[in-house]
Amino acid sequence: MIRLQNISKVYSRGARPALADIDVEIERGDFVFLVGSSGSGKSTFLKLVLREERPTSGDIYVAGRHLNRLSSWRVPHLRREIGAVFQDFRLLPNKTVFQNVAFALQVIGKGRHHIESTVPEMLDLVGLAGKERRMPHELSGGEQQRVAIARAFVNHPPILLCDEPTGNLDPGTSVGIMRLLDRINRTGTTVLMATHDDEIVDQMRKRVIELRGGQLVRDQDRGVYGLENV
Amino acid sequence: MRLRFILGEVWNGLRRNSTMALSVILVTFVSLTFVGAAALIQIQVDQLKDDWYGKVEVSIFLCPEQSWFQQCAAGAVTPDQERAILTVLEQGSVANLVAPGGIYYESREEAFEKFTQNDTQGVWASLTAEQMQASYRVKLSDPEQFQVVADAVSGLPGVEFVKDQREIFAELFRFLNAATLIAGALAAVMLLAAMMLITTTIRLSALSRRRETTIMRMVGSSRSLIQLPFMLEGAVAATAGALLAIGGLWFSVRYLVEDWLKGSVTWVEYISAQDVWIVAPWLLAIAVGLAAFASVVTLGRYTRA
Repeated sequence: MIRLQNISKVYSRGARPALADIDVEIERGDFVFLVGSSGSGKSTFLKLVLREERPTSGDIYVAGRHLNRLSSWRVPHLRREIGAVFQDFRLLPNKTVFQNVAFALQVIGKGRHHIESTVPEMLDLVGLAGKERRMPHELSGGEQQRVAIARAFVNHPPILLCDEPTGNLDPGTSVGIMRLLDRINRTGTTVLMATHDDEIVDQMRKRVIELRGGQLVRDQDRGVYGLENV
Repeated sequence: MRLRFILGEVWNGLRRNSTMALSVILVTFVSLTFVGAAALIQIQVDQLKDDWYGKVEVSIFLCPEQSWFQQCAAGAVTPDQERAILTVLEQGSVANLVAPGGIYYESREEAFEKFTQNDTQGVWASLTAEQMQASYRVKLSDPEQFQVVADAVSGLPGVEFVKDQREIFAELFRFLNAATLIAGALAAVMLLAAMMLITTTIRLSALSRRRETTIMRMVGSSRSLIQLPFMLEGAVAATAGALLAIGGLWFSVRYLVEDWLKGSVTWVEYISAQDVWIVAPWLLAIAVGLAAFASVVTLGRYTRA
């Protein structure tokens, strides 16, 4: 589903590479934690997958597309196959919960009928049934993140990228979000989640890819957050 | 769905940035009014030229008995010389420039008649027909070709000098052309200001809606859908300005020229409100082009894919 071959990324000439010679393959339906301290290259990794950045060298394949050769006008089609969730939720404050989720479908040209049937389903899935007409500021952080996940997943993309989705949430709420992501993963969706949250990683026991200073230092099935915890 | 979405975004953008939108509308209004005024002045100039040049003649004055001109030192023009001049006009190299039936011989008596008929005070009472001079009055098929005709006959024996009546209007046309230039220069400055304002408006709009555009990029909406609302915002504001300019020009021509000038200064063929419709599409095209150019310059940077 996602394949990086000898990927390196250098932002400015002469600087230390943000990613150095990374080789990773993530299969369809995998659940993968991407861990590492700040500046280890996690964000660059995700940006390469989203094709917000291009690699300096190496090949990257996402959802059957060779991103090195993907022309910029095809990029929107790639992004429709990738849902993205962020630490700061990125909801539109002047739209209701329903409108926030519907927005993702509107702007890729889905019809009103489709939207009106899909969005409530999705809100039901993330546990927000009955809160369609709330505004984001009326929701708790966990609920806001659920809206964001609903928006990312409403188009049923085969890949879900999560950049520290629990970074702004308390541990109890985080567990709820993780259950939701796990549920989405069980539908066959590949989930790639960058995180600092060692408790979650240790509890979930999923595949862990650890980056340090741009290098891949660990790729472990059913792993934990830090090696010292093993 | 998409159309409704785009139009909704455009409306929201204009409403949120209403002062900016208004300033774009006003600046394009003023600048396009100047552009339109310059164009209308030129239409008026062309119309006056068509009208007046059709009436003016080239006057070939023939040597009288006494003349200060060197070329008339031999005395008054002879009938042979007159025939020679006529031959040049009718059959020579300039024959095709002369309007059909456009050559008229004005004898000394006729000139005397014309000259004295308005003289009720007797100022010219001592003047006799012998002191006047005969002339050929020539209408040209193309008045612009005066110089060619003048060169062809001015050296001929018996010709005192050649006069182009257009010289009477030359000053007026110079004035009107200068007015066109000034209006054009003001228009250029204002258009530049309009373009920068549109650029700023689009930029502000794009910045204030960065949250939306970021999400749109993330969920894979096409670049055209992301950028179109901003482009349309600029285009709508500029078009509104152009429509105001067209309205203003129409109003001015209809009430200032057609109703007022036409009633008080009657000897001029004026432009009519119809002429505004000739200029109008160009003003709209300029407005849209301006907005499009400003969008292209701005959007690449602010809503990258």
